[in-house]
Amino acid sequence: MANENENIKIVENATCTFCGCVCDDMELHVDLNEKRITKAKNACVLGRAWFAEHTIEDAPAAMIDGEEVSVDEAIEEAAQTLVNAKFPITYGLSDTTCEAQRQAVAISDYIKGNIDTTTSVCHGPSGLAFQGVGESTSTLGEVKNRADLVIYWGGNPAESHPRHFGRYAVTAKGMFTPNGKKDRTVVLVDVRKTKSAPVADILIRPFPGKDFEVLWALRALVKGSKLSSNIEEETGVPLETLSDLAERMKNCRFGVLFFGMGLTMTRGRHFNSGALLALTTDLNKYTHFVAMPVRGHGNVTGADNVVSWQTGYPFGVNFSRGYPRFNPGEFTTVDTLSNGDADAALIIASDPASNFPKKAIEHLKNIPVITLDTKNTHTTKLSHVAFRTATYGINTTGTVYRMDDVPITLRPAFDSPFPDDETILTSIKKRVHELVLAKHYAGGASGEAKVAAINPL
Amino acid sequence: MSASMRIVNGKVYDPTNNVDGEIKEICIENGKIADSVSDEASIIDAQGMVIMPGGIDIHCHIAGPKVNSARKLQPEDHRHDVHPGTPFTRSGSGGTTPSTFATGYRYAALGYTTAMEAAVSPIGARHTLEEFHDTPIIDKGFYVLLGNNIFLQNLIREKRMEEFDQAVAWWVSSTKAYAVKLVNPGGDEPWKGKRNSNVSDIDEKTDDDLSPRQIIEAFIKTVNKQGYPHPPHIHCNNLGHSGNYRTTLETMKTAGDMRAHIAHIQFHSYGGELGKNPISKAAEIAEYINSHPNITCDVGQVMFGKSTIMTADAPLAYVLKGHSKGKWVNVDTECESGCGILPFTYQEHIYMHTLQWAIGLELFLLSEDPWRIILSTDHPNGGSFMAYPKLIKLLMDEKFRHEEMKRVNQKALLKCSLPELKREYTLNEIAIITRAGPAKALGLKSKGHLGAGADADITIYDVMDDKEMMFSTPRYVIKSGHLIIENHEFKTDFTGKLLHIAPEYDKKIEEVVQPFFENYYSIEFSNYAVDDRYLHDHEIIQTGINKV
Repeated sequence: MANENENIKIVENATCTFCGCVCDDMELHVDLNEKRITKAKNACVLGRAWFAEHTIEDAPAAMIDGEEVSVDEAIEEAAQTLVNAKFPITYGLSDTTCEAQRQAVAISDYIKGNIDTTTSVCHGPSGLAFQGVGESTSTLGEVKNRADLVIYWGGNPAESHPRHFGRYAVTAKGMFTPNGKKDRTVVLVDVRKTKSAPVADILIRPFPGKDFEVLWALRALVKGSKLSSNIEEETGVPLETLSDLAERMKNCRFGVLFFGMGLTMTRGRHFNSGALLALTTDLNKYTHFVAMPVRGHGNVTGADNVVSWQTGYPFGVNFSRGYPRFNPGEFTTVDTLSNGDADAALIIASDPASNFPKKAIEHLKNIPVITLDTKNTHTTKLSHVAFRTATYGINTTGTVYRMDDVPITLRPAFDSPFPDDETILTSIKKRVHELVLAKHYAGGASGEAKVAAINPL
Repeated sequence: MSASMRIVNGKVYDPTNNVDGEIKEICIENGKIADSVSDEASIIDAQGMVIMPGGIDIHCHIAGPKVNSARKLQPEDHRHDVHPGTPFTRSGSGGTTPSTFATGYRYAALGYTTAMEAAVSPIGARHTLEEFHDTPIIDKGFYVLLGNNIFLQNLIREKRMEEFDQAVAWWVSSTKAYAVKLVNPGGDEPWKGKRNSNVSDIDEKTDDDLSPRQIIEAFIKTVNKQGYPHPPHIHCNNLGHSGNYRTTLETMKTAGDMRAHIAHIQFHSYGGELGKNPISKAAEIAEYINSHPNITCDVGQVMFGKSTIMTADAPLAYVLKGHSKGKWVNVDTECESGCGILPFTYQEHIYMHTLQWAIGLELFLLSEDPWRIILSTDHPNGGSFMAYPKLIKLLMDEKFRHEEMKRVNQKALLKCSLPELKREYTLNEIAIITRAGPAKALGLKSKGHLGAGADADITIYDVMDDKEMMFSTPRYVIKSGHLIIENHEFKTDFTGKLLHIAPEYDKKIEEVVQPFFENYYSIEFSNYAVDDRYLHDHEIIQTGINKV
């Protein structure tokens, strides 16, 4: 037992990558003998579970069709599968590091495939709304320091992002909000009375599917237009409530609208996000106002960023013509699978077989799938090639982006026997590039020399 | 591995070494220019060609959080301008905010081998460095935004100048920046905290008793005192407003005889009354620069067509949104910076846009010392860097200038001196404003020239009468001794390196900064400084050499 105590390591200021809050104030107590985290000080209930559950399981690092193989064999098979496919797709990426994401986009580019992230099934509509309207936004520290009006719309942070209130937006004390919640008015707009409701000074419950109408009514009120009195029949929200909110928004010093998937994944989708972003823009005529999507996965924001800087577009990108094209609805993964386009899939840190529409999952079962995951999942079980990888933020360092686009470097707690995503993807990329070049120079005498001259990025 | 090379028979323009169009042999070994090279070296015959050092962009926006927001914002800007990959190079997308790969390859394809991202918030440094790693061929660095940093402003206000010196050095070192950038100093707090207002005068005191001039002075003093290779890079207050040339003159006067760099000075050379159409004050600004050798500037030329406004000057972007009426992005960065982004188009028929175009050209043509007036479009604010060849033609070809003048707003031409200016830039002067001058202003001793020991960053152009065509299509581009482009085709890929400085500071300053972080930042102090893993290939440029 004494021995065990000697092998406790403490990692300070580690980062939790469970949700988009990406809290970087974890104090992790690591049992190096057992290879597990025994305590995660400062973590919320979700974070504690995240750290507790990621232990090292006894499993093969690589499998082909369920049989254990060497990692090198699996890399060769993965590369061959991808290069020989006509419409290979890459998907996932929101629960891995930016370093791994960069390699994944490179692979898709070299194989002229398709790349998409979990953004397409969460805040994708917000991305589209952003392209249409723009966005006034801020980092979370600015909310902490300045926001005297905080509105949550279509989300339940008490259960999905438990530290959002305390660390960033409600009870947090900042430069111009020294008394925390006393200096702020908190509004919650949701169709249900969720566990987040107690934090709200004002709770507004529109009818389901009426967010757009409520937002548009607020835009009108902010601009001073008159509304017909049947707005309550239409939306479930009395005119007085809306007028009061509009006045509060115009008169606050620094307002913020946080919005969740209750807005983006219900009827109206990008129209809803667009209405909210347009309302925020309108309000800047009167005061300072910002908005921010409350992102879910630990590094989904990083995925948006990496795919954008490498291709110009945030998700739903196809390279089949030799350059990136963007077309959500065609190049988003639910569609490439449901339409039967994809003939091979590289799935990174995601489990579409557990949460995609049935038709998409059926197609996934019929094509060769390559997975990188830290656990066994529905998707790894149907994979042709499955890599078991180390967990980002627990076993590996790397970069993740918080929901407000702030990048943070991870501090790993203990080593994993499994390679990390970046290592596997870099190896696949190198092999894929060799195969692509070999095809390019097939038969040409100068091929080998030129391949050797490449300075790999 | 970079090869040994000998470039023969070309006309060399190397202003730093007083070589003006002589036929001269250039030798390359181990990625550097050498006095001689062995007989086995490969030979490039540059008969009928012009050899210059690789171009250096001293002020552009090519990487980091705001650039990436602008990319995400404008799919319509990418889809008409695709950038296919080759077996050697990655694909990407273009437009005014190209993807990282397209950015690197396109700079190289113009013969540019170094570019400086001009505005990065400290908290965005990590993001910028990650993008740089994916920006091929060119060497690159960035300027860190410190002019609206609340903690540093507090130190100035409390006159704790020794701690201020240390804190500036800490911030620069911690972010791996190349230089210090000020943008509309003092303007962020009114924007974020006072209902989107702004400062309007360099001596205006905000209610916490600090004027933009005090901030500017503090930064000019510390950077000169510490001897950073590049002086403070200043985006003056009142950008774009009629009558702002006075603010610009006052900003330059604040420097006294200390070094300062004024960014995109075209946008700061307007006369007239606030709220009304501006007139040109290029002559007054040029006169000040001509007589003050401590000042360098880049022009920020406006080129007609599509641009993207992206700036840490958030109030300015909001003003422009009022004109464009289209989509708009604002990003507040805690305790450090603001940011505004919007799509924009400069149109020949609009008075303001023509005047901006003309003022930029006037500044080039009226400046007597090409070493201190550097070619830029403030990419992508005034236009894309892809417009540099056309800009070079406008400077070198008076006849072409007059042809272009026929197409613009004629009323605006009456409010400037452009139609009377006869000067034509020579190839040697172009080599100065695009290579030797920026290298000197940046303190990059191994760039911008072709003397022994310099980085082997070389561009070889075919001589052509049409200078736009000539500068659009270099026949060879060599980066760090690697033959990247041969007969107009990419032959290999290359990552390029990060250029940064690492000024020393007293470790005790961290204890002064840390409590502020714990109270007002949303990330932990120990997770703020950027570690060396983000550097990829890099070179630390020495500080302290020009200490005042």
